[in-house]
Amino acid sequence: MKDYEQYFRSNRLPHIWCPGCGNGIIMKSIAKAIAKLDMDQDKTVIVSGIGCSSRASGYMDFDTLHTAHGRAIPFATGVKLANPELKVIVITGDGDCTAIGGNHFIHGARRNVDLTVVLFNNNIYGMTGGQASPLTPTTKKATTAPYGTVDRPFDPCQLAQAAGATFVARGTAFHAAQLPDLIAKGIQNNGFSLIEAITPCPISYGRQNKLGDSSAMLKWMGEHGVPKVAYEKLSAEERTEKFPLGVLYESQFGEYSAEYAHVIERAEGGQK
Amino acid sequence: MTQAKLMQGNEACAQGALAAGVRFFGGYPITPSTEIAEQMARELPKVGGTFIQMEDEIASMAVILGASLGGKKVLTATSGPGFSLKQELIGYAAIAEIPAVIANVQRVGPSTGQPTSPAQGDVMQARWGTHGDHPMIALSPWTVREAFDVAVKAVNYSERFRTPVIILLDEVVGHMREKVVLPEQNEIEIYPRRKPTKSRAEGYQPFTPEDDLVPNPADFGTGYRIHVSGLVHDDTGFPTGSPKVTEECIKRLHEKIDRVKDEITHYDEFFMDDAEVAVVTYGGTARTAYAAVEAARAKGQKVGMVRLMTIWPFADKVIQKVAAKTKAILVPEMNYGQLVREIERAAAGQAKVVSLPKYNTEIFTPAEIGGAIDQLVSEVAK
Ligand SMILES: Cc1ncc(C[n+]2csc(CCOP(=O)(O)OP(=O)(O)O)c2C)c(N)n1
Ligand code: SF4
Repeated sequence: MKDYEQYFRSNRLPHIWCPGCGNGIIMKSIAKAIAKLDMDQDKTVIVSGIGCSSRASGYMDFDTLHTAHGRAIPFATGVKLANPELKVIVITGDGDCTAIGGNHFIHGARRNVDLTVVLFNNNIYGMTGGQASPLTPTTKKATTAPYGTVDRPFDPCQLAQAAGATFVARGTAFHAAQLPDLIAKGIQNNGFSLIEAITPCPISYGRQNKLGDSSAMLKWMGEHGVPKVAYEKLSAEERTEKFPLGVLYESQFGEYSAEYAHVIERAEGGQK
Repeated sequence: MTQAKLMQGNEACAQGALAAGVRFFGGYPITPSTEIAEQMARELPKVGGTFIQMEDEIASMAVILGASLGGKKVLTATSGPGFSLKQELIGYAAIAEIPAVIANVQRVGPSTGQPTSPAQGDVMQARWGTHGDHPMIALSPWTVREAFDVAVKAVNYSERFRTPVIILLDEVVGHMREKVVLPEQNEIEIYPRRKPTKSRAEGYQPFTPEDDLVPNPADFGTGYRIHVSGLVHDDTGFPTGSPKVTEECIKRLHEKIDRVKDEITHYDEFFMDDAEVAVVTYGGTARTAYAAVEAARAKGQKVGMVRLMTIWPFADKVIQKVAAKTKAILVPEMNYGQLVREIERAAAGQAKVVSLPKYNTEIFTPAEIGGAIDQLVSEVAK
């Protein structure tokens, strides 16, 4: 296995993230997955939206694209379809992916373009200072929900699966040893892959909900995240506050750029 | 391609883009622009290109910008409401210097307005629709053949200046069918995608401007490992908070277009030698205006016409000259009066500028423009 450190732009570090932020663990996991698969550094593109997590693209030594809030998936779709030999990894936050970018997320999953989407889920809008996101649990506090949220959160994994994603997995920053492997499996899937990576944001989320410091938040993840097989054996009651981890869903469906190559054949095209 | 064909403006626009090398289209259907998408869906795979129908106009804009960075020449097409949705990412293309062409076949608005009716109501949206300061290039054809030519120019300018370029059609030109003879492919001048002129070892930075103030960011996948961002960035492409770099960045975006302003200002003049009254016009309205001006000449009136193809950057010098040698300028537009403000500004009191707006879903008749000409002619005679 290659050293993952070659995938960072050392002259762009240190990063801007707060002390105790889990984003670094997720970013490192992506680099480790790339190292594990020994991917061609010049043929791998990282596309991100806007938010704390989406700043990761700037730290990684590939062709990188820091887009607009919510639009990483359609930008990435264009990169991939323009040049299907590229491997494209999308970095997005929970607000980025499921609020402003929600429509692109479900249609990205439906289309099954070969993209690996790593959703940094810190349950909050981090960069703008702790407003409620569609993944903030009901009753939890946010700067725009000072008395607790009324909204129900999405389960982004179920959403992706229902919309047609062909690979869905969930990991956490606490389970850092497994995360690179989940991301690597997502990259290997020739289609739309979602890896939800739950990460502590002690500053914008933890503080207002009195969840303790980063290590307390990580500990909570360790206690509440359960491998899928074990989770399925739990009773409905035992499942409260628990969530399944690992590869949650896999299926087969034609990858978009490969299918479009057939359209080009049918149109008798092919010359550039 | 050389034989004469009966062709629609929207179709000619798509054909021009293809001829200029567009190989990627992302779009979302909206009247009266849809034929451009339909044409691209049919024609692109025949030349190995890619068509994709996206979930909305924002995604359509995003997908073409991604594809452009992936190395393809790109087009999207829309109308008013969709054009509004694209604005944030049109700004992104401006600051990240990504070539992209947006065709906007205008409809009567605001909002969903009158979807199938002709209008020229997005002249200012084309210029000022997005946030922040950046220049804009917008071209408006008046014939079907010119829809083809304008599309070729738009693609070339977007590639040459690495900037978004807008094709501002109106329903009159977009849906009209005319007999056209298109040029042979080898007669069409095509501006190739710019490439890095240095290697990484030689100190290449993706956003270092060349002599023409335009940088050469490498296409993704070519080994340069560049960073592209909508944040204000320095030559490296990475964000900076520096007031100095911010100022330089925004200034350069403007200057790269300002300095070629004259070269990219295209217009026609008719009967202007001894004209005392000029009709300044563009797009579909110019067709009616031409008939009215011809009729006025037949009556012996000293009336000429200037037809602008380049709407943005605005043809200040052209209008200054017109204003200097005429007494009055008539500006018929299918809107409440938009470009007339620019004309008034450029004329700077040298000639009287009169707006002739129309926004009731109907096109101008030659008699309407003729009537306004008669009135101006009699006023200047006093
Ligand atoms: C169109 C638009 N709306 C709003 C914003 C402001 N904004 C910047 S980052 C952000 C929140 C990002 O939250 P999330 O995606 O959860 O990522 P995090 O910062 O938590 O990693 C918002 C709302 C923006 N940049 N663009
Ligand atoms: S606000 Fe939260 S997500 Fe953003 S850097 Fe700080 S800890 Fe990380």
